[in-house]
Amino acid sequence: MKLNLPLFFLGGLCILFSISCGKTESSVATPSPEGGLPAPKTATGPPDTAMEFLDIEKDTLKFGFIKLTDCAPIVIAKEKGYFDDEGLSVAVEAQGNWKELLNRVINGDLDGAHMLAGQPIGATVGFGSQADIVTAYSLDYNGNGITVSNEIWAQMKPAVPKNPDGSPIHPIKADALKPIVDSAKAAGNKLKMGMVFPVSTHNYEIRYWLAASGINPGFYFDPATKQVDVPGFLNGDVELSVTPPPQMPQTLEAGTICAYCVGEPWNQQAVFKKIGVPVTTNYDIWKNNPEKVFGVSQEWTDKHPNTWIAVTKALIRAGKWLDASLENRKEAAKILSQPNYVGAPYEVIANSMTGTFEFEAGDKRPMPDFNVFFRYHASYPFYSDCIWFLTQMVRWGQIPEQKPDAWFGEMAQKIYRPEVYEKAARMLIAEGHASEADFPFGTDGYRPATSEFIDGKLYDAKKPNAYIQSFSIGLK
Amino acid sequence: MSTTTADTHPPATPNAITPAKKWSYNPNKVAHTLEKLGLGYFSPFARLAGRDEPAKQIRTIAQNTFLPLLAFAIFLFGWQLCSGTVATDSQKIPSPGETWDAWNGMLAFSAAEKAKEAAYYQSLEERVARFSAMASEARAAGNTGRAETIERRIAKEEAKVYQGTTTFFDQIGISILTISVGFLIATLIAVPLGILCGLSPLVNTALNPLIQLFKPVSPLAWFPIVFVFTTWGIDQPPASSIWQRALFTSAGVVTLCSLWPTLVNTAVGVASIDKDHLNVAKALKLGWLKRIWKIILPASLPLIFTGLRVSIGVGWMVLVAADMMAQNQGLGKFVWDMYQNGDTASTAQIIIAVFFIGGIGFLLDRIMLVFQRLVTFEEQTI
Repeated sequence: MKLNLPLFFLGGLCILFSISCGKTESSVATPSPEGGLPAPKTATGPPDTAMEFLDIEKDTLKFGFIKLTDCAPIVIAKEKGYFDDEGLSVAVEAQGNWKELLNRVINGDLDGAHMLAGQPIGATVGFGSQADIVTAYSLDYNGNGITVSNEIWAQMKPAVPKNPDGSPIHPIKADALKPIVDSAKAAGNKLKMGMVFPVSTHNYEIRYWLAASGINPGFYFDPATKQVDVPGFLNGDVELSVTPPPQMPQTLEAGTICAYCVGEPWNQQAVFKKIGVPVTTNYDIWKNNPEKVFGVSQEWTDKHPNTWIAVTKALIRAGKWLDASLENRKEAAKILSQPNYVGAPYEVIANSMTGTFEFEAGDKRPMPDFNVFFRYHASYPFYSDCIWFLTQMVRWGQIPEQKPDAWFGEMAQKIYRPEVYEKAARMLIAEGHASEADFPFGTDGYRPATSEFIDGKLYDAKKPNAYIQSFSIGLK
Repeated sequence: MSTTTADTHPPATPNAITPAKKWSYNPNKVAHTLEKLGLGYFSPFARLAGRDEPAKQIRTIAQNTFLPLLAFAIFLFGWQLCSGTVATDSQKIPSPGETWDAWNGMLAFSAAEKAKEAAYYQSLEERVARFSAMASEARAAGNTGRAETIERRIAKEEAKVYQGTTTFFDQIGISILTISVGFLIATLIAVPLGILCGLSPLVNTALNPLIQLFKPVSPLAWFPIVFVFTTWGIDQPPASSIWQRALFTSAGVVTLCSLWPTLVNTAVGVASIDKDHLNVAKALKLGWLKRIWKIILPASLPLIFTGLRVSIGVGWMVLVAADMMAQNQGLGKFVWDMYQNGDTASTAQIIIAVFFIGGIGFLLDRIMLVFQRLVTFEEQTI
């Protein structure tokens, strides 16, 4: 009769609490006597006898990721035991969307995460959530595609230049799309397209692709009226909006959008399910463009400098493993297809992970560099990669004022931290896990100027304003 | 209704109503207890065991068994039909058979995770052994600094906890923990506040608009607000702890959505206490704490528990949504992750989760029903 329910629950809670307190981890920081200096390499014995023992400040970590194949280095570092080798116990947890992932890195729920390259940059310059997010590891190059619905493709296809055998000549430009966009706009019904996040590579890529063919994708800011537009629709010929990557195919099928730009496996998924046709990849928009990074908060790195190096070491080894052989890629695709990671069927993931890409159903073309994790120094955090994103943020009005050239370099040095990467690389060389040639030691952090873009414009990261000026569509 | 028929087994007993006999099977009493415990289905069995109108009991049992089974069979048939027809290019409703396969896949996945955990500790031991050898080697070589660094590392390795993938069954546990926390906080807020509202019409007048305003708010709207509070107020525990901040965010949403039925019921229960009871308390010059504890609470318990039962139902229902938003490793996260997977088996796994969510919700309701009946005098069904 006198059951006291609250007390009953409280009792249970106390028991549970005491159990969980029993297994707290040892994350007390011990001062590191030898800092990050490489240990002397012993001539004999297996590599890890020379292993540098970093005094890591925190060894139980949780990293977040979004269900995309380019989270692979994080997953592989865990599954292949590279984190364990560094003395780290890492949980890898899928996140609902990019916004949530970023917020949880900012508030400390996550120690680090698979991030869009634009996220640390956007957060640091204060577009969206304002926070100091930094990176010392670039997860990959390329890996995205632009998919249009079957109806749009049917209208586009006749206008696309063809090879003698009737197959479309790549890269497919948005030229064939322009008349469709124009007639839809004239009918007062702008085409709606999806991208994954306002500061995502995908947003800049689909904008680049559209603008290269004279389609205005819309601005975030209008300097004439000082009007700020959060969705980024101002003066646009189309409407680009955010849809989380895994929901792209369904959203396309539902007809909410008629095209999207997203990472793998969500373009190949559209081909497999016959709901859309990938028309181009970001490799064709910009050859070897930076895609995702491993982002952590500045505050976290201040507290855990050695842990940051240790994590970077494990990621470098994972990246190297991923690019070592086709067999490894297949194994990675197998691991990624597990429900707790990407969870898409193996065949869909393997399609792009193993160096091919299927455009129209049956039109499978070799694309050896579709996913690059380590080759071409893809994992090195080049300042010039950071600066490209900054130029696009200025171009579309996410950064509402024009900046001097020097500002771009300063921002890049604040966000991209090659010194941490190099420290980790040196240690791996000392331990015998990597060689000197794997890393671009001695670089000033700028990749050579290139014009390997779909519009052929020259991008020299040391002259960002000249690049911004060269666009016919864009704020300047 | 027939009275007690006690002449059951052992058959030798002549007439049961002898005071010497210590125990006799009283089917009516057993049946009542079963009903009170929410196990009404079994009460005809108890009566049958006592030979209390066997024909009627058998009919009742048959009805209670076959009608639900029939309905379930129709449901399965409808499901099977849907699975063949409701399909788009990118998704489809899986058949009961595919769902069963998915369930087996989930069991296999959990088993594989357990095996991985064992392998992890195995390799950890090996690593510690290797490091120990290295440490003593370094010490022998006179390199004390390096030996100490390695030893520190060994100590850390030994203290490590495996951080694997949260399996479906872990997620069920976390969901139950989350709702317990949320429901406990809701109760601790709602009952005292409800008593206050019930006792004082002034407080009631003051609070009523707020209560009416917040009562219908969706968990999705509460989430961003709770998120700010938990981020501000709770330090993120180590990754291996089960008391993750996300759990409290989720629990907070449950609290905000589920406290209202308890609050309103408590207020009504307290306000409708027989005035004679209160007069007795006055005559006895009981202090206010004693008055609440001895008179008001016992008298309003039936309504409080009615409220609590509704609350836990609401809490469980919003928990899935709260888990999805807060990324708390519960059933909601499972559903969300599977939805994001885009594999054919994913929808089947979501259906499995639906059955579990329903089953656990039903169990929680039954538990509250038992409490509710224990504090209520009058008979109540459903």
